This record gives sequence, structure tokens and C-alpha cells, in this order.
Amino acid sequence: MKPLSVPERLTKNRFLLDEEQSHIEVNQEIAKATGTGKLLVACCPAHVYTEEPDGTISVEYAACLECGTCLAIAAPGALKWHYPRGGFGVQFREG
Amino acid sequence: MTQPAEPDFEVIVIGAGIAGCVAAYQLARQGRSVLLIERGEAPGSKNLSGGVLYSRGIQQVFPDFGHEAPVERRITRNYISFLNADSSVAIDYKDARLADPVNAVTVLRAKLDAWLSEKCEEAGAIIMPGVRVDRVLTEGTRVVGVQAGDDELRTHVVVAADGVNSFIAKEAGLRQQEPLNHLAVGVKSVISLPRETIEQRFNLTGDEGAALAVVGDCTQGVGGGGFLYTNLDSLSVGIVVRLDDLTAKQKVVTDIFDHFLQHQFIAPYLEGGELLEYGCHLVAEGGLHMIGEIAMNGMVVVGDAAGLTLNTGLTVRGMDLAVGSAVAAAEAIGDALDRKDTSKAALASYRDKLFASYVGQDMKTYAKAPHFLEVERMYQQYGELFANVLYGTFSLDTQPRQHLLKVARKSLARSPLKMRQLVRDGIAGVRAL
Repeated sequence: MKPLSVPERLTKNRFLLDEEQSHIEVNQEIAKATGTGKLLVACCPAHVYTEEPDGTISVEYAACLECGTCLAIAAPGALKWHYPRGGFGVQFREG
Repeated sequence: MTQPAEPDFEVIVIGAGIAGCVAAYQLARQGRSVLLIERGEAPGSKNLSGGVLYSRGIQQVFPDFGHEAPVERRITRNYISFLNADSSVAIDYKDARLADPVNAVTVLRAKLDAWLSEKCEEAGAIIMPGVRVDRVLTEGTRVVGVQAGDDELRTHVVVAADGVNSFIAKEAGLRQQEPLNHLAVGVKSVISLPRETIEQRFNLTGDEGAALAVVGDCTQGVGGGGFLYTNLDSLSVGIVVRLDDLTAKQKVVTDIFDHFLQHQFIAPYLEGGELLEYGCHLVAEGGLHMIGEIAMNGMVVVGDAAGLTLNTGLTVRGMDLAVGSAVAAAEAIGDALDRKDTSKAALASYRDKLFASYVGQDMKTYAKAPHFLEVERMYQQYGELFANVLYGTFSLDTQPRQHLLKVARKSLARSPLKMRQLVRDGIAGVRAL
């Protein structure tokens, strides 16, 4: 059985998207200088972070599963990450 | 002044996970006015665990737990395996005694925590879902309430039960950023399968359940392991990998997860199943060394937020420790409220109670486990060595047989492992576990 891709997996989850604000912000300069950018891409189980051809890190905050791994591995100043506003974000039905 | 004069609630609990719900329940049962704030749209909707809850502690809190709580299966079979690319060596421990009294159950937290919060409500606590606490309110060195958006609520005691990331405890200075060797990320899929299929595949009857814990090739040599737990009509399958090792080895976490799902010893269990949900969770693995300050003027920290998780290699625990810490905290808070003194000194009895209970005692007993489990050899070489010894025994290739000891010596000689490492790890293992 071939595993589903991460985006395919995420379609099974219930998300309430906060359309007004993202809860994630990457400081591109620090992310690049410290290597945090590549770590974010490798360590996020939801593939929220993507390295663009120009080397910047784009953020798909709607996919976030809110584990906090990115914040744990990020160099100081490279990432602002907090929980989405109340009621928004992933809503587990199994858990 | 040791307490604010007119609080909105005597106690405000942040986070409706197991620790938060048990604390709120115990305090409401004492007759305190309790507010339980949860950022998810409903209690449970932000919560995720691997899935095995050692349930004797929570059974004491909720006598109805065994027949009323939405649990999945009673774990009577523990299967612990070293997994290599083409071989696997396991201990398969099945025991009817684990069913009565129930020792461990599989749970799905969105369901369990919803039930727990109902119990809190029945006991008189007020539940406020869909609200994120942004910060605690302080006066001097004292926490006096919480702020959520434009709302400010005042209280005698805040219980920070906001999980492993605990922004609240960090902001209050009770916890620092953890080093990466104390943290791991768990990635999990819940896969639906018919009940009968699960029972056939795992050799179970009725509501018996199995818990498979795997180390080795499942994580591609990265420190950590894989798990596969049976729910009633679904499986929880996942990996947990240490962040220091994951980043040092430059692996992609989802590649490791895919590798595990496709492994020839795992995939057959999942065959035909359909994905229900995909999730992940940060895990604190520092053990005793991660527990810092857990009480301050007007606030205590419980559960994951206090760093209370324990990986002994055989049992992986967090939820039972959450229960124990909440029970200890609720007792200490009750005493402090009675004395009208909720200062740090008055709340310090929480720590004493915690360390007098199974939580603190077990954290001490297994204090050396995290260091032991950082031994690199555990995640590849040992599994291969064990399999080679057994291969030498079972592979009857028409050549004359040799005694087991000789086979073992030969396998060891061919392995990158040295006898002294074996001895050292053996002694360390006995001491740590």
C-alpha cells in the first residue's frame, strides 16, 4: 500500500481556517543564515514550510497541526509561532 | 496580600486535556468555583496522544471510568520488537491479568477528553471552549488571572495545563526552551479497519487490545521508535523521533514515517485500511531533568506543560502522569485556598505531593532512562545482532550445528558492536530501566 502524500492526508482532517491572520512568521534572513529554513522543511510533519527556488521559506499556515516542532528547532529569531486564535486551526476528531 | 480580593473564579485552568480536566474536576468536586478554558472549538479537539493510557490512576479519580469512559481496547498484549530491514526480533507478552483490573487502554483523545470535560461540567466547573489564553495577568511576582483577547479574568490560582509547548509556563519563567535531545516529534495516522479484521490480525478477542512498540529500522536509525496500537475499529500507527538526532542526521520526518508504514513487517497490519486522521505532537523526553519549578505565586503547572512524560524503553507514559500531577495539584490548591494563602510557599506542597506519588517516584526511578535511550547502538546494531544470532540457530543449512554461545560470539565479531559496549550498555540498561 503506497502511503498517501502529506496533502492527501491533511484532506482527512478537519480545519477551521483563520482567514484573517497567520499564526506563523518566518524571518527569512535569520532562517537562511542559521540553516533553520531547511530544518523547518525537513522536520514539519504537515509540510507547512517549503523552500522556494529563491531560497526563501514559504508558509502554508492553514495546514499546521500545531505540534510546535518548528519552534523547538528554530534558531532564536528565525520563527514566530504561536497557537492560532481560539476556535481556529486543526480540530481533531480522533486525536 | 497573598490573594486578590474579588476573583471571578477561585481557580482558572488553562487547557482541557487530561491534566486540565482532572484538575478542574477535582477542584469542582471540592466545591471550588472553577473555569476551564480550552482553545479548541470543543474540549479534545486540539489533543492528540500516541494512544496508550495506563489507567489505574484515572480509574481512582473516576470510579465509572472502566465502563463509562469512551476508551477503545484493554491492552492485554504488549509486543516489543527490534526491527531490521529484513528481520525482526520481538518479545510478545500477552497476559490475561492485564485485563482485570484493567491496566492500560487505548484512547482517542478527541473522544476521551470530551467525556472528561463533561464530567467537569457535571461536577460544577464552567467550560469555556474556543478561547485562547494569550497571557497570564500578573501583579508583581504574582499571577492574578488570565487575559484572552480583550477579556480579563481574575482568580486565586491559575493551573497551566496547556500542553508540552506551554507558552504560559515559559512566559512566567517556570520553563526554559528545552534542548533538542529532550524533545521528540510524534507523527501518527489513525487508520480505520473493521473490528473483526483487527481482532484476527492481532490475535485478539472482544475488547482486548495490542500495543506494538518497535525500535530500529522503523526510524531509519534515528533515535526513537515506532508504535502500532489497536483501537476498537481503527489503528493508531506512528513514529516518535528525537529532534537532536533527526536534525543531526538531516532526515525528513515524513520520509521516516512513510518508511515505517511501508515496512514489510508493518504494512500487512494496515492493508486495506483507510486513513481517518493525520496528526503530530511534540513529546518531552527529558524525564526527571525536565521538571523545573512547577509552582509560583498564584500558579501551578501540570501534565505535559510541567514536562511530565516518561519513556522507559518498554512503557511510554504521559497521560497517567498528567492524571497524577493534576490530583496532587488539586489537593495542594485546595489546602492553599482553605488557608487563604495561594503564594508560592503555600502551593509548594504540590511538589511534595507529586514526589510522594507514583508520578515523582517513577520519574526518579527512571531518571537515567533518557540518557540510556540516547545510545545510538539501540536503533540499528542491536536488532541486527539479535537477528543474526537467531539466524545462525534457525538456518539449518546442512552444515554441522554450533552451540548458541559460539553463534553469538561469531555474530558479535561480525557486528560493529564490541563486547565491552555490550557489557556497558547491559549494565547501564539494568540501572536505567
